[in-house]
This record gives sequence, structure tokens and C-alpha cells, in this order.
Amino acid sequence: MLFPRTNLPVVPPRVVITGAGVVTALGLGWKSNAAGFRAGRRAFRPVSQFDVSRQRVKTAAEVDLPDSLPPSRLNRRQLDRLDRAAKMLVLAAQEAWQQAGWQISGENIENLPLVLGTTAGGMLLGEAYYRQAIQQPSRFRQQATRAVQYQPQVQARMVFDALGCSGPITIISNACASGANAIGHAWDLIRGGQADRVMAGGYDALGELVFSGFDSLQALSPTICRPFDAQRDGLALGEGAAIVNLETLESARRRGAEILGELVGYGTAIDQHHLTQPHPHGTTTLAVMKQACANAGVTPDQVDYVNAHGTGTVLNDSSEALAISEWAGRRAATLPVSSTKASIGHLLGGAGAVEAVICLMTLREQWLPPQTIFETPDPACKFPIVKQARDARVNVVLSNSFGFGGVNAALVFRRWT
Amino acid sequence: MSRIFIAGIGAVSPAGWNVAALRDALDKNEPLPVQTLARPGWETPLRARLVPNPPTRPEFLAHPRLRRSSPITHYAAAAALEAVAGLRANAAAKKFRLGVVACLQSGCVQYSCRFYDETLKNPATASPLVFPETVYAAPTSHVAALLENVTLACSLVGDASAFLQGVALAAGWLAEKRVDACLVIGAEETNWIIADALRHLDRPAIMAAGAGALCLCRDEKLFAGVELAAITDAHTFSTGQSRAQAAQAMRHQLGSNSAGELLADGDGDSPRAGAAERAAWRDWTGARVSPKKILGEGMMAAAAWQCVTACDALAGGRFAAANVSLVGSNQQAIGARFVASGIPA
Repeated sequence: MLFPRTNLPVVPPRVVITGAGVVTALGLGWKSNAAGFRAGRRAFRPVSQFDVSRQRVKTAAEVDLPDSLPPSRLNRRQLDRLDRAAKMLVLAAQEAWQQAGWQISGENIENLPLVLGTTAGGMLLGEAYYRQAIQQPSRFRQQATRAVQYQPQVQARMVFDALGCSGPITIISNACASGANAIGHAWDLIRGGQADRVMAGGYDALGELVFSGFDSLQALSPTICRPFDAQRDGLALGEGAAIVNLETLESARRRGAEILGELVGYGTAIDQHHLTQPHPHGTTTLAVMKQACANAGVTPDQVDYVNAHGTGTVLNDSSEALAISEWAGRRAATLPVSSTKASIGHLLGGAGAVEAVICLMTLREQWLPPQTIFETPDPACKFPIVKQARDARVNVVLSNSFGFGGVNAALVFRRWT
Repeated sequence: MSRIFIAGIGAVSPAGWNVAALRDALDKNEPLPVQTLARPGWETPLRARLVPNPPTRPEFLAHPRLRRSSPITHYAAAAALEAVAGLRANAAAKKFRLGVVACLQSGCVQYSCRFYDETLKNPATASPLVFPETVYAAPTSHVAALLENVTLACSLVGDASAFLQGVALAAGWLAEKRVDACLVIGAEETNWIIADALRHLDRPAIMAAGAGALCLCRDEKLFAGVELAAITDAHTFSTGQSRAQAAQAMRHQLGSNSAGELLADGDGDSPRAGAAERAAWRDWTGARVSPKKILGEGMMAAAAWQCVTACDALAGGRFAAANVSLVGSNQQAIGARFVASGIPA
């Protein structure tokens, strides 16, 4: 029962991550993304998915999808119905599933929670629906399919069908904090005794409506996305997906699983300042960073790297920089910070999940991901920006994610040795 | 596990801008009149039940955050304010930390269509004022700003059954003392494209718009006579579990038939879409109310109306317990049970 809850653990179990899958414009999978970040690659190019000739900005970080997905339990008809977003989602889920080595059988086959964050779900299908609906003469072919498949819960069911399992689906749409909130919610489910295993993540594909929206707000950089740089002039959009497989430490140990990292803290709150602008002093950001660290039982001195939300917009970065600087205190002077959006763009609902996987990479492989384009720090930055990928001792990392609407989220991960 | 009480309810529907209007419409048991929506390029209009204009302009529309907001936000805000009215009037609740969980299926379709239409015509002139209102999180954000003391918020997307996931999430936040009270809102707006999509998927159904809200609390001094007794598991539709099986599993968890109880179900105008749910409750002999038959297919709003109707009937002393059955369109079946409470367990 969802209520009242039973099996409440006396002590919340530790939550570890045993599988991670990631799709970004740097490549498909952990290895190609890690290699891309370590090489300091930036994945932006002219948009090819839709016409941008009349847009102010004409580039984004597009994913090169394979001609066909790896073998799964999806039948031909289901495969044909997947849009770009769903394909990226399924790819990430397959990688995470394989890496975790989960075997689902018996009663678990219908009881694996899946928590996803997205801002747009299958919006590309929604756009196609609209374009066809306003055509004359009227044509109805495929409209019913589009009306169903654009819904994110249906895309989530495709993940289950691809993997051969099922379970409760939760779709969180807290704008660009969605992916982090999804992983945080999964953490809550496991710690609350509602599940031993949860798949969680986020995804979003580049779409014309959203691209045009950010362009209309003049939030897109017409030059180069440079988070925290004093000369920054906007964000760059990307697309992608990431999924992580979370389970109790006991479950992972029982089956001798390889542990990629431990999720030790989560904080979330809402900033009521404005629909699209953060509070200039970053008060909510500060609060969620403190909350996540308190949950984790760590102080800023123990945090080795912060993966910032760092969109590259004037307002976000100054607000976040103030919050990080205040939260870190004296530690700020030596605390490595970077925004990986400078390499792969802003993945919106997928951002928090993809950046969580990047944090796992830093913990697992002991290096820091860079922001290769960074010249003049914003005065609010009291911390050093990682300009080049470098090996480092990384035990604890914090990832920030904030969304339109004001939801802020922070996740804290610890290295597993 | 903490006991969870209902501190207030709110509703906006084709029947009007409060719970009383919803109650009156359901008591009359006659389907509300159907309006038409013009579909571009089509002579035959689409059918819908729209929310009537409010008798007077709601005061909350003067809030700076709501000036450019879309109808879905207006509905959500009105239902939310009605649901928290009792709480706000209580001095003991002045410093309450409030949570907001907003549940949506279609979300902000009016501005999404408008903005995309502008984009297709000329992206250079697409309105930057409209775009932020297209995101699922916009109504949640506006309601949080309106209520001011909101510390935690989440927007959930899914089929109508996700409303009870929202209630469960709120109950969890309350149990963990993350908030002192929590609003759960289900809201939808409609326009021609949503009515068009529904026509493709479920031809007899008539699209509707509105919102419903429950205000949940832990504090028994604030309750309004109703307690949340149970929410079933989420029974997801899958290759291994059909919609009918999921509905049966939900019914099974809610327990046996009992005279003197109410069932607020999701049965509407569609024989096909409602078949699984009707089969699951075929042996029910107690009282039954089907808001969709009167109000239309309000998706997430309709799920909220079902819960509001159940709680309203209990608060009015008409029943001792009420079951709510939500068999969604493409995700899952979830049910809930509310009881009239004299507090001591």
C-alpha cells in the first residue's frame, strides 16, 4: 500500500548506485562521455532537427542516435513508435540495467519503481500532432498514436517493456530540476522502506517549441556558453538522458554487485521569487545545499567537487555563485567547481540525472570534468573553476539542479571503495 | 506512520468555482450542458464542458505572479485557496510550512499551442511572456507564490491515477515532518487540440477542465471530519498485467463491499474506456457517484473531483467511508479509502 506505509525501517538503509546509463551529445554511454569530458570536448553544432533559420541562435548539442537500438524486448511496432526522447531514454536504461546486472524475477518482475524527470516527455510527437492537425485537408493518420505516445508515462512503460519488467511509474516535472528530483525521490523510496531497488533518471530531447522558447527569452547564448564567466551571455541547449539503478547497500552486497557510488544526501525546496528567475541572493540554493549536506553528514570541507547547475545565464550563475560561496565559506577558495553544461548543453529535465552520472564518473575514475571556455570569473565566484580535466582525489561530490518554477535540488554522492 | 487528516477541499469545475457548485451538480445527477470548441479548418465543432466565468473576478488574479498565467493556474489557485481557507483562518496554523503537489496530465496546453503556433509562423516574434507558462511546473510555482508559506513543491505528470500518487507523496512529506500541511491539486485546462486528441482516443468522452484540491495535515485539531485511511499500490498496466487486471488488483486491496459506504468512481461517457473499472466494481452495492458522467472527462481534474466528492460526502455526514477508484487511461490503477473520523483510532 502507498498509504499507510508498512515496513518502515528503524534506520534508513544506505543507498548505492550499481548501474548508470547516459546519452549526451558527447556520445552514447559512460565510456564515450567520460572520454569526451576528459578530452575537454564541446559538442555543439548547427541544429539539424528542425528549422532554425529564423531563430536568433542556431546551434545546440544534438545527440547522434544509432540507426537502430540494441536488441531489447520491444517489438517492431513499439520500436517504430519511439520518438527521439524515448529512444535516448531506452538507450540509457539499457546501459544502466546491463551495468547493474539486475536479474528481475518472480514477484519483483511487476514491482520495480521507475522515477523519471522530464520537462517535455514526447513533445516532439506533440509538435507533429499540432502541425498535422492544422493542415488542410485534414489527415488523421498516426494522430491517435501521437496523442498516446507523447505522454511521459507511456514512454516510461516503453522502458519497462524494453527490459521485461514493470512497476510503479512516477513522472516528476519540476522543469530543469526534474532529473535530480527523480533521483532524490528514488532515494526517499529506498530509505523509507518502500523499495529495495529503484530505477531513476531524466530525459529530454531537443524540440522546436522549447528551443524557440529559450530563444524568445534571449536566454540562449549567441556566442559561446560560458557558465560563471563575467562575459557570459546565455545558455546552450542540449539533449540526452541518464538512468541510474539505485539499491540498498545490503542488496548490492548480497549479490556482489560493483558499486559505482553512494547517494548520501538530497535536498529540495522551492524558491518563490519568480517563475523564471532565481532569488538574486541564492537563498533557496543555499538552503538545499545545506539540507543535502546535513542529510549526508558532510561539511563543505569534505566536499571535493561541485557540479554546478551553471547554465551560463547572467541571473542563474550570479545567484548560484553567491550560494556556493556562502555555503562553502573558507573552503570556497579551493573548492573545484564546474558546469558540464559548457560541454553538452542544458539538458533540461535530463540535466540533473546526466550530471549525477558525471558525478559518479568523477568518483569512480578520480578526475574532475572541466569547463574549457572560461576566462574572467564573475565577481560572485569565490571558488576556482575547473578549466582542464585533471586527475584528483574525489571522495564526496555535490550536484546542483534548479528549474523554472523555482524548485531547487541538490544531491550528494560519496565514493565507494 | 502518522495519521493523515483532510483539513480542507476545493474545486473548480464546469459546475462552478467551488465545492458547493460541484456538490449541487452531482446531487442533481444530470449531465451539464455541452459547449463547443472551434477546430481550425473544421466545420464541425468539438465538444467540451468548459469552466464558466467566475461570478466576480477572483481577487487572486491581482497577484503579480498570476497576471499572465493561463486558465489551468487560475483553476488550481482557486481550488487551492478554497482548500486552505480553514487552515489560513486558524491562528495555530499561521506559521505552517506548506507543501504543494500539483498533478497534471495535459498541463498547460493553451499557452503551449499558442506559443508553438507563433513559433511556426515566425519564431522571431514568438512571445517570451507566453513560453514560461507552457511548462508543467508553472501552476505549481504560481500557487506556491500565491500562498507564500510553501517550502516544498513538486509537479507530477501521469494519467489521472497519478493524483493518488500525489496524495501518497504528500502523506509521506507529512509523516516525515518535512511540511506541516500539504495541498494536493489536480488540474487541467482544455482547448481544441486536447478535445481533438480525446476524440481520436475515446470518441464518446467529452473533454472538461477545472481543478480539485485536498489539503492534508497531521494535526487532528485542524481536520475537517475526514481521514485518509488507505491508498492502494500503483498497479501499472503492462504486458503482464492488463488494465482490467490492474483494476481488479486495486479493487482487491480496497476491501470488500460494505453497505453505507460510497464509491466515487471514474466512470464516464465511454463504454470502452470504463469497462475495466466497471468490471472491477461490478459487485458494489453501496452508493455510487460518477463525477465524469456529470462533468466530463477532466483527466487529472476529474480524479481530484472524485476525491473531493468523497471527502465532501464524508464531511457532510452522509457516509461513514468512501472509496475512490482511479483506473487511468494508460498508466495504472490506484484506489483510496477515506473515512469519516471522530479522531480516536
